[in-house]
Amino acid sequence: MPWIEAISADDIDRDDVMRWDYGGRTYAIYRTEDDEFFASDGLCTHEKVHLADGLLMDYEIECPKHNGRFDIRDGSARRAPVCEALRTYPVKVDVGMIYVELPD
Amino acid sequence: MTDLLAPLKFKPSRNYSLTGPEKDRAIEDGLVSAEWYQTPIDRKVLKQFIKRTDGPAIRDFVIWMALLVTTGAGGVYFWGTWWAVPFFVAYGVLYGTSSDSRWHESLHGTAFKTRWMNDWLYELASFMQIWNPVIWRWSHMRHHTDTTIVGRDPEIGTMRPPQMILMGLNLIGLTSVPRNLLALGRHSVGRFTDDERDFTPESELPRAVLSARIHLAIYGCVIVSCFVWGTILPAMLIGLPRAYGVWLLPIMGLPQHAGLAEDVLDHRLNSRTILLPLPLRFIYWNMNYHVEHHMFPMVPYHALPALHEAIKHDCPKPKGLLATWRELFPVMIRQIRDQNHYIHQVLPDGAGAPNFGPRQQH
Repeated sequence: MPWIEAISADDIDRDDVMRWDYGGRTYAIYRTEDDEFFASDGLCTHEKVHLADGLLMDYEIECPKHNGRFDIRDGSARRAPVCEALRTYPVKVDVGMIYVELPD
Repeated sequence: MTDLLAPLKFKPSRNYSLTGPEKDRAIEDGLVSAEWYQTPIDRKVLKQFIKRTDGPAIRDFVIWMALLVTTGAGGVYFWGTWWAVPFFVAYGVLYGTSSDSRWHESLHGTAFKTRWMNDWLYELASFMQIWNPVIWRWSHMRHHTDTTIVGRDPEIGTMRPPQMILMGLNLIGLTSVPRNLLALGRHSVGRFTDDERDFTPESELPRAVLSARIHLAIYGCVIVSCFVWGTILPAMLIGLPRAYGVWLLPIMGLPQHAGLAEDVLDHRLNSRTILLPLPLRFIYWNMNYHVEHHMFPMVPYHALPALHEAIKHDCPKPKGLLATWRELFPVMIRQIRDQNHYIHQVLPDGAGAPNFGPRQQH
């Protein structure tokens, strides 16, 4: 599974989320208040809304359309109307760049 | 199922059912789960509005509860005299009208930052509205996905033609309260309508059954209390206020979408913001900023006035409550015979191009 260079860590504010498109798919990359980074599929599993427009609260991302929530650490559904978990991906930061490990 | 209210209804020209032909048409035409217009707003500015905090909602909840206890206690104290009337008028509005906006805000999880507070308020306010908390959560999610899309939105309050007789009766809950209680009865034995099954996941239905049974058990206790004590006073405090105190809710709430376009993909065209004085905004928890709420559902009620200021250059100019009804009421009357008639919202100069959707490309 390749590590793909995504975006610069400086592109995301702390406690925020950013959209990243790659290979015809869309992802969300998160930076927590404690400067941890996470990545997941970019669209809510409920109605395919971009999570990058949502609100990151600690380790939960809230969908901007219906206020459903996911845990960004494992993608688990945390609040209705979200029922289906979100796919998450390993992330590492190297020399200021964020790398996301995507499946082949 | 026989509709006992059919003689009181004007016949609609369109099928508003969620399982009828309009649903298929909406899907075919690309109106379902579509991309809606959103006023461009800087992410950093928006983040200020969507930030969660407990303070304002705790303050407003304490005030609300204090007013409920005070007016309820006054009604009980003066029970049997005319002095009880003003107390119950106030109590009824605080119960039957205000609980709707508390239900709504906690459903979105935006009232409080702390999750259990939202969940707790949601259960309480659902009970006060005599709504199944599970079914209505999913109903409202659909309302946000497909706002005023015929065949998809279960919460179109003023279908065409507007059911003016029923609306009049429901100023004191004459049909809505029995309907809500009957719905709880159905849910308690696991019976759901086709529409309810359309927007509620199968996996949620057992929870809906349990909630209905709990709510009915509490209402059962209230009725037993009335018989035991030989007075309707317990029901005047729990249950009946949803009838005698709901009158203000449609006055403020119906303009949210009434008389406006159907089947468009722009909340500026099918939703309406109205301006209200502070006491009414407290009762309604700022849900009069309805365009703003639909466009940005993550914004808590207490930040909606600020959001309104930030995006008003892009939205129709709002009117006050009286001016809104002066415009709306004749339109609703006309819609009884002309169901194609509606109010075309006027956007200000420089506003973003309206998204009329695939059916109404002007």
